[in-house]
Amino acid sequence: MEANDKKQNQDKVLNEVANSDYKYGFVTNVDSDTIPKGLNEDVIRLISQKKNEPQWLLDYRLDAYHKFMNMPQPDWAHLEIPPIDLQNIVYYSAPKTKPDKESLDEVDPELLDTFNKLGIPLEEQKALSGVAVDAVFDSVSVKTTFQDTLEEKGIIFCSFSEAVQNHPELVRQHLGSVVPPDDNYFAALNSAVFSDGSFCYIPKGVKSPVELSTYFRINAANTGQFERTLIVAEDDSYVSYLEGCTAPQRDENQLHAAIVEIVANKGAEVKYSTVQNWYPGNKEGKGGIYNFVTKRGLAKGANSKISWTQVETGSSITWKYPSCILMGDNSIGEFYSVAVTNNYQQADTGSKMIHIGKNTKSTIISKGISAGYSQNSYRGLVKMTGKAENGRNFSQCDSLLLGDKCGAHTWPYINTFNESSIVEHEATTSKISDDQLFYCQQRGLDEEQSINLIVNGYAKEVLNKLPMEFAVEAQKLLSISLEGSVG
Amino acid sequence: MLKIKDLVVTVEGKTILNGLNLEVKPGEVHAIMGPNGSGKSTLANVISGKDGYEVVSGSITYQGKDIMEMDVEERAREGIFMGFQYPVEIPGVSMNNFMRTAIDEIRKYKNQEPFTAAQFLKFMKDKKELVGLHDSLAGRSVNEGFSGGEKKKNEIFQMAMLEPKLSILDETDSGLDIDALKIVANGVNTLKSDDNATVVITHYQRLLDYIIPDYVHVLYDGKIVKSGDKTLAYELEEKGYEWLKD
Ligand SMILES: Nc1ncnc2c1ncn2[C@@H]1O[C@H](COP(=O)(O)OP(=O)(O)O)[C@@H](O)[C@H]1O
Ligand SMILES: [Mg+2]
Repeated sequence: MEANDKKQNQDKVLNEVANSDYKYGFVTNVDSDTIPKGLNEDVIRLISQKKNEPQWLLDYRLDAYHKFMNMPQPDWAHLEIPPIDLQNIVYYSAPKTKPDKESLDEVDPELLDTFNKLGIPLEEQKALSGVAVDAVFDSVSVKTTFQDTLEEKGIIFCSFSEAVQNHPELVRQHLGSVVPPDDNYFAALNSAVFSDGSFCYIPKGVKSPVELSTYFRINAANTGQFERTLIVAEDDSYVSYLEGCTAPQRDENQLHAAIVEIVANKGAEVKYSTVQNWYPGNKEGKGGIYNFVTKRGLAKGANSKISWTQVETGSSITWKYPSCILMGDNSIGEFYSVAVTNNYQQADTGSKMIHIGKNTKSTIISKGISAGYSQNSYRGLVKMTGKAENGRNFSQCDSLLLGDKCGAHTWPYINTFNESSIVEHEATTSKISDDQLFYCQQRGLDEEQSINLIVNGYAKEVLNKLPMEFAVEAQKLLSISLEGSVG
Repeated sequence: MLKIKDLVVTVEGKTILNGLNLEVKPGEVHAIMGPNGSGKSTLANVISGKDGYEVVSGSITYQGKDIMEMDVEERAREGIFMGFQYPVEIPGVSMNNFMRTAIDEIRKYKNQEPFTAAQFLKFMKDKKELVGLHDSLAGRSVNEGFSGGEKKKNEIFQMAMLEPKLSILDETDSGLDIDALKIVANGVNTLKSDDNATVVITHYQRLLDYIIPDYVHVLYDGKIVKSGDKTLAYELEEKGYEWLKD
């Protein structure tokens, strides 16, 4: 085939795919309890009141709100962020039939149906084996599965709102202990208006027998999602936590500003995996979720370990740096990331590893894949404080470019205040070569399949870190996100 | 099976093949010899359908069909296999997965049931034994960190797996020691049948001690300037290519 035909063919495939539907783009019709648009003290009081919160939590919110009002929106990321009108956002929307967690019969069938469509059955008998799910729909948690199994072990896994009611002392002790309200602009906003999310507590010595999973769904229009996840792992405990998310296809952008806090005590291990598939906007870059997320883990006790794995394929803008504060001696932090951007998506993502304890170790493996007109940046900080004797970091940041209209950037920051520590950074940028494509096609694979195979191979080191249930989904997602984006 | 008529091919305006004729019938083994730069790889690439070559005139028919309008993968699924002179590496993609994907596609194309996992593993094991490919290579990423000899053996392994009708082996012998050469030749000889054909591209006569060709062709200046039987290969070994110049 001649080069010209080939190019045309590629464009055709690209168009077909770009025009094809985002699989999760449907809207659910449920009656919602929605408060008026706008951000002010009254709105915050109203959210707190609807959730029947104790005074200290309202005070926490109001304090965060006042701090937020004095903070400018950060502009250091390699992102073009259109102005966000905070007064045009609804900060609380909940399905009206308040689900009774004891029985699914009282959950709106439309909601059950929604989660079924998303592949997250909430009926216990159909539920994913080995995974307990907390389903969050707009501002509230709809249903948490496998509660009984977990309770036997003393594990608390429930919606954040329930935790506030039933375990206020635990929430109060840890809320904001890793990400303080004024940590950054979006964290402050979240701390003021967060609606729901998940809470997870693993008692001393307990290894969670199942994966814990939260599935976030934005449904209502003009609604922001501000969820909050808090995971506390006591001494020598273990938990693997999964997070998934989708949103309807809408022309206007929607804001998602979440916080995840993890506390790992002595000898505890927390593995946190995300498959982020918010609506990315259409092929012209219209619509899509603005994803501004603060995720941080405190490896507080000696020999504790926190591991972040993320597969980021959705959102029109992603601003996200899952981090570890390695406070305990011998503690370990890991970050494994695949970030895919296509069309006009923008991602500025990476990690921070703050070494404080002795003999602390961290690993960063980042694989960026850019296609279309997208911009994909890795931004990471490795800091060895003066006390972090023998601290070790290894970072590997690879970028793969599909096509010549997209951008890949790497911004590694290294701060070392300790002579005994070692920080290694490696970076590569590559393209899928014509020879690789020809080789695959000569063996009978078409162009799309060839690209999928090569990209999945490229991301394999990270995909391998995901729990089985997620790995397969993530592989498919990579293929879908990149369909037609041939360079 | 393969009929090439008066083929003229240019690359970036430069004429590489200039009126090439070749006919290959089922069951035959052809050797194409010629000095470096004479257009041997170009011929293999054009038959496979690689981008970047302009076919100015002439035709290539395969199994009675004009293949000029067929995509690379369609030609492959129709049974054209190319053993690469320089096999590429595909990091993170295991040979297992690569072959599984390829065979699934080819079987789908032929309306055959997909292999079950067990069938596939058995099939793969048999073929590995056939070409003497070390078990551990199949678990590794495609060609990644393979030695030169391992890469070539891996090409023959893929040929065994994909069961092509027409195999074009582009200098599969170069860079091989005698033992590896024997393994490669043995693979080709074992896979030979009355229905398939092999075109061996080489510029050393020594491979032809192990793979006995029915025909030997000399490619020179973009044309086949002489054809004969195996003895032509010895003649070339002795006299070089210069005497064929005019
Ligand atoms: N992609 C290309 N661009 C420019 N010239 C090429 C290209 N491919 C091959 N050639 C030229 O075509 C001629 C034949 O090359 P090739 O087919 O590789 O020969 P052989 O395999 O017989 O050594 C050489 O002069 C080579 O430089
Ligand atoms: Mg050659």
